[in-house]
Amino acid sequence: MNMETRSLKTSAETELASLFDGAREQLAGSDAVIKLREQAFSAFDERGLPHRRVEEYKYSDVRAKLKSASKLVAAGSNAEAKSALEAVETYGDLERYRIVINNGRLMAELSDIEALKGEGVTVSNLNAALADAQDEADGLLNVPSIAAADPMIMLNTALVLGGAVVSVGEGTEVSRPIEIVYTASTAGARYTRCRIELGKRAQATILESFEDNTAEAEGNAVSDFVIGDEARLTLARVVTGEAVHVSSVLMNIGGSAEVKAIGFNMGTDFARTQSFVTFSGEHSNASLYGITMVREKQHSDHTLVVDHKVPNCESRERFKAVIDDFAEGVFQGKIIVRPHAQKTDGQMMTQALLLSEDASMSNKPELEIFADDVQCAHGATSGQIDEDLLFYLRARGIPEAQAKMLLVLAFLAEAVEEMEDEGIVSALEGRIRNWLSVEE
Amino acid sequence: MLEIKNLHAHVGDDETEILRGVNLTVKPGEVHAIMGPNGSGKSTLSYILAGKDDYEVTEGDILFNGESMLEMEPDERAAAGLFLAFQYPIEIPGVATMTFLKTALNAQRKARGEDELSTPAFMKQVKEKAAELNITMDMLKRPLNVGFSGGEKKRSEILQMSLLEPKLCVMDETDSGLDIDALKIVAEGVNRLRSPDRAMVVITHYQRLLDHIVPDVVHVLSRGKIVKTGGKELALELEKNGYADYVGQAA
Repeated sequence: MNMETRSLKTSAETELASLFDGAREQLAGSDAVIKLREQAFSAFDERGLPHRRVEEYKYSDVRAKLKSASKLVAAGSNAEAKSALEAVETYGDLERYRIVINNGRLMAELSDIEALKGEGVTVSNLNAALADAQDEADGLLNVPSIAAADPMIMLNTALVLGGAVVSVGEGTEVSRPIEIVYTASTAGARYTRCRIELGKRAQATILESFEDNTAEAEGNAVSDFVIGDEARLTLARVVTGEAVHVSSVLMNIGGSAEVKAIGFNMGTDFARTQSFVTFSGEHSNASLYGITMVREKQHSDHTLVVDHKVPNCESRERFKAVIDDFAEGVFQGKIIVRPHAQKTDGQMMTQALLLSEDASMSNKPELEIFADDVQCAHGATSGQIDEDLLFYLRARGIPEAQAKMLLVLAFLAEAVEEMEDEGIVSALEGRIRNWLSVEE
Repeated sequence: MLEIKNLHAHVGDDETEILRGVNLTVKPGEVHAIMGPNGSGKSTLSYILAGKDDYEVTEGDILFNGESMLEMEPDERAAAGLFLAFQYPIEIPGVATMTFLKTALNAQRKARGEDELSTPAFMKQVKEKAAELNITMDMLKRPLNVGFSGGEKKRSEILQMSLLEPKLCVMDETDSGLDIDALKIVAEGVNRLRSPDRAMVVITHYQRLLDHIVPDVVHVLSRGKIVKTGGKELALELEKNGYADYVGQAA
């Protein structure tokens, strides 16, 4: 028998178990939800924190990294949340609606809920929805089959403290981007979950800014996107900060829909952004971009699973990493094409720019194709800055350090510019510049 | 302005000398043409002047306004007033031409202790100079040299040269890949920059460029040495008789 026995728990795992026991009373949810939480926790408890011998976490050993599990963060007051919000700079003066989640809970008073209602978008508190949820928690805590074995999502389901349910009505075109900004006003672990639904023919731009990532405690966020037929979603996410942070993007795409998404792990101490994308309707396309920017001893992991369940969909996966000093980048990408998903077109590319001798990048692209009439490809490159390009810039008087940063910016800009919306592109490029300390 | 003294050089690890004792003196206001057969070391000379580190100088010196340039970084040379117009201008995806021009100009000004140029003042200059070279605003918004035709790339080099206002312009085969109309535009651009304070070194294989940019002095470079120096009539003679007379000489 090839059965793994786990007799020894790490102290973090033991702490998580007592955390769950102790928190059971205070965690939101109807009986149906509590049942799901318990199931999720016991499934997690069987597996423990994922580590390097778990294939999906081979390069991101959460168990080794997480020495102890932090207490769950307490709710913050409006005033505390407000000052936490004021301390973060996300998209500057880009006109947008905001949904504020502080210490893992939706802050309704700080969010543009009324204005969004006027646009045809309803925002409700996840905890209220969980309190009323019937069988299977009304699908609020659903996890797609491709993510069902992920221990960090199980942990999120068990411990989720709060979040928002954002619903963009059928045919609604939201006139401004909606930013979901996550802040923290006190220390403590944050388990958050947002569900974002786009009705049929709805169009929206969602920005997720994780500004809550302090060294004092870990973060675990699930963002669950349900995209209706003929809907269009533009999504930009930025994860920064020092904590152990795992964020999971679940995305279910209906028919004839269009998705453009970009996710940054920018200067993250230990971050894993994992996306599980399922094509459930035909003739849809998704462009999925990911950016890693790390230095010193930082770690960034982009993991992606794209499930082509139905025929005639197109996916473009493009990941770029800039890695300096001793930092590590990870890309794991898997495209699955199910037996009936003919005419699938999937192209995956990962490129890393290594700025130092000790920087490292682990690439693991995979294709699992069970249909015979498909076009799928993947590619991976790792390299240094092109000396000829550098010489050209220097020959024009640009000092070496500045010339390098200009080339790094150029390398990343190729992906960022795919987002098309000028305001968002320039805001993201501004953040990249800040990180690189390049003047405009 | 430029004094090259007994310059010997080879490429990286390859010990074979490409330049084998080049001597050249260029004074302000002068235009020198360096002609020579393929493989004579013309492009090597231009790269060494600009400071490309693929080459190793084993003997001799290069003085720019009396100071040795050999230890200077490429960007320091540029800020000191040296400009190389590349034979094959490289494509840089993701860097808009306009951004690049502004960055380069301001980096040089900063290195010289001058104030950076404001955006409106910069735009005004670029627009004027681009118009003279038939360069559209659309081209300036595109990434540097990406998707530019051969002629557009060369015009872009001359635009950079006129914005950066170097003291010494080195042009490496600026005529290659140009049709006659493009050649005229480029040559006019270069001629506008001729001034008593500025020197130029025009490296070319063919004489036709020198019909448009008339040199004061013509040198023949063969097998890593200057084997003959004369007036502009030397270029015509080469056009007629080819390089055959010179190829053997330096051996």
